[in-house]
Amino acid sequence: MSTPASRHVDPTRRQQAVAAWVLAVPFMALFLVFTAGPVLASLGMSFTDIRSADMRTPFAVSFVGLENYTRLLGDPLFQKVVVNTGLYVVLGVPLTMVLALAVAVGLNRITVLRGIFRVGYYLPVVTSIVAVSVVWKFLLREEGGLVNTVLAWVGIDGPAWLDSTTLALPSLVVMAAWRNLGTLMVIFLAGLQTIPEEVREAAEVDGAGAWQRFRHITLPMLRPTLLFGAVITGIGYLQFFEEAFVMTSGGPLDATRSVTFFTYDQFSFGNYGLAAAASYLLFLAVVALTVVQFKLFGEKD
Amino acid sequence: MSTTKTAPEAEEAEAIQPGRGATVRRGPWWLYAVLGAGLLLMVVPFLWMVLSSVKPEGEVMSVPPTWWPETLTTDNYEALFTRLDFPTYFLNSILVALAVTAGNVMFGSMLGYALAKLAFPGKRVVFGLVLFTLMIPGVVTFVPLFVLTTNLGLTNTLPGMFLPFLAAPFGVFLMRQFILGLPDELIHAARVDGAGELRIFFSVIMPLCGPAMATLGILTFLGSWNNFLWPLVVAQTEDKYTLPVALALYSVGQNATKYGLLLAGAVVVVIPVVAVFLALQRYIMQGIAMTGIK
Repeated sequence: MSTPASRHVDPTRRQQAVAAWVLAVPFMALFLVFTAGPVLASLGMSFTDIRSADMRTPFAVSFVGLENYTRLLGDPLFQKVVVNTGLYVVLGVPLTMVLALAVAVGLNRITVLRGIFRVGYYLPVVTSIVAVSVVWKFLLREEGGLVNTVLAWVGIDGPAWLDSTTLALPSLVVMAAWRNLGTLMVIFLAGLQTIPEEVREAAEVDGAGAWQRFRHITLPMLRPTLLFGAVITGIGYLQFFEEAFVMTSGGPLDATRSVTFFTYDQFSFGNYGLAAAASYLLFLAVVALTVVQFKLFGEKD
Repeated sequence: MSTTKTAPEAEEAEAIQPGRGATVRRGPWWLYAVLGAGLLLMVVPFLWMVLSSVKPEGEVMSVPPTWWPETLTTDNYEALFTRLDFPTYFLNSILVALAVTAGNVMFGSMLGYALAKLAFPGKRVVFGLVLFTLMIPGVVTFVPLFVLTTNLGLTNTLPGMFLPFLAAPFGVFLMRQFILGLPDELIHAARVDGAGELRIFFSVIMPLCGPAMATLGILTFLGSWNNFLWPLVVAQTEDKYTLPVALALYSVGQNATKYGLLLAGAVVVVIPVVAVFLALQRYIMQGIAMTGIK
């Protein structure tokens, strides 16, 4: 970046600017080559018929306009993975948020052992999704799986969770909520601790019950935190992939295949242009979801 | 950030406050029961994983399952480390994670400092780019990245795995948040003493960034250790697999029903991370609270 040479610049300011760019250059160089460049290249590729055979000559491909996008939108499998991804978000975000908020509110009310509880609830977050997916696939087996064994104690004949076209996706959502709630719990707990104790006590003196205090004090004061939590959780569920890869391979009958999974498949088949277009539609969804959630939670004040 | 109490501080503050009687402060017993039951649900899958990994293959699949292993065996682990090549996967995972961590801590703090404390042309654009990139899903970049790494001759190499992750926006964001909280006077004083701008960063600022760098380092290491999609795409021969790639491909391949083996593999992936987490969880919690609430 050019520093204005012609007019007089305060020497310390110029030194600062030079130092700042020296510090920024390694990051920005890597960032441009490995992030910004590919983001734009992906958009470009989505308008071409690039395939794996064009790997060494990525610029010698034909421009096909919106063909990849129209092909995707007309493809029943793509429509299915879009619906599935929508279900992951619509089921996963509320479930994860409610569980995390419940745990955070609970932990905020206790003082003894809080640290241990917090560590325990957070534990799955640090573990590999692939590894916990292997574990849950084992837990959810129809015969001899721990979940169905426990259900049998109370007389319930547990189904083959992951082999059912209706139950497989919700099962994956529950597992994902189990793994992800820790992040939100920590964020919510930090948010709860910024609510002054006096506010709650004042409401209590005024005769507000526990639910009313939660509804009219805690929730409104937590709104920015809830918004942030909803956005990052939604973005996470939009990219759902590893759980389905390991636990169901996208099945049964594509019932758990997600947009990311579809993109990965098309990449594996060598359809790079189509994969790029699918990934860009997902990117648009991420941006749209973020905007919608800011509108939903951001207003009302 | 300056308004955010870190969780341990808040806990202490609450503990010293004169309460309305100890039992009320501690919280009701039923709450402990509910939270305890929930905690059980969080931990049982891991216990089950460890218990099953030391059962022989026949017992792992028994219906109904045995609780405590009737026969203790290390066969599954021996198979991982002799028949399968888990030592290599383990080493690959560690090397990639270390490189990614070093890069993010270094480059993240450099740019984080510039954004927090220095005036320079283009600052707003750079920060805007960093924030925007936080939103970009990894799936958007992996197809062109694969074309790029192939043309650079880096597919199926470890550098191909870590280079694209050396500079992630999260690190810049976290370091900027932390450095914003450091007093400007430190920098002014160093300038008055005649220290150059870069010198100020390396000898005044960096030594103060220990806690934030530790947080960033741990979170980055964990993220890299658990990363899946990109290593899956780049690794083409078994000797370049990372642990999650190996585990995932075995779990959907011919070993799909060998749960004893797979669960032992899961233990190998999970346990180092759990150990690191338990030892250093304070930094992790701080980091999340720090970036969650500004």
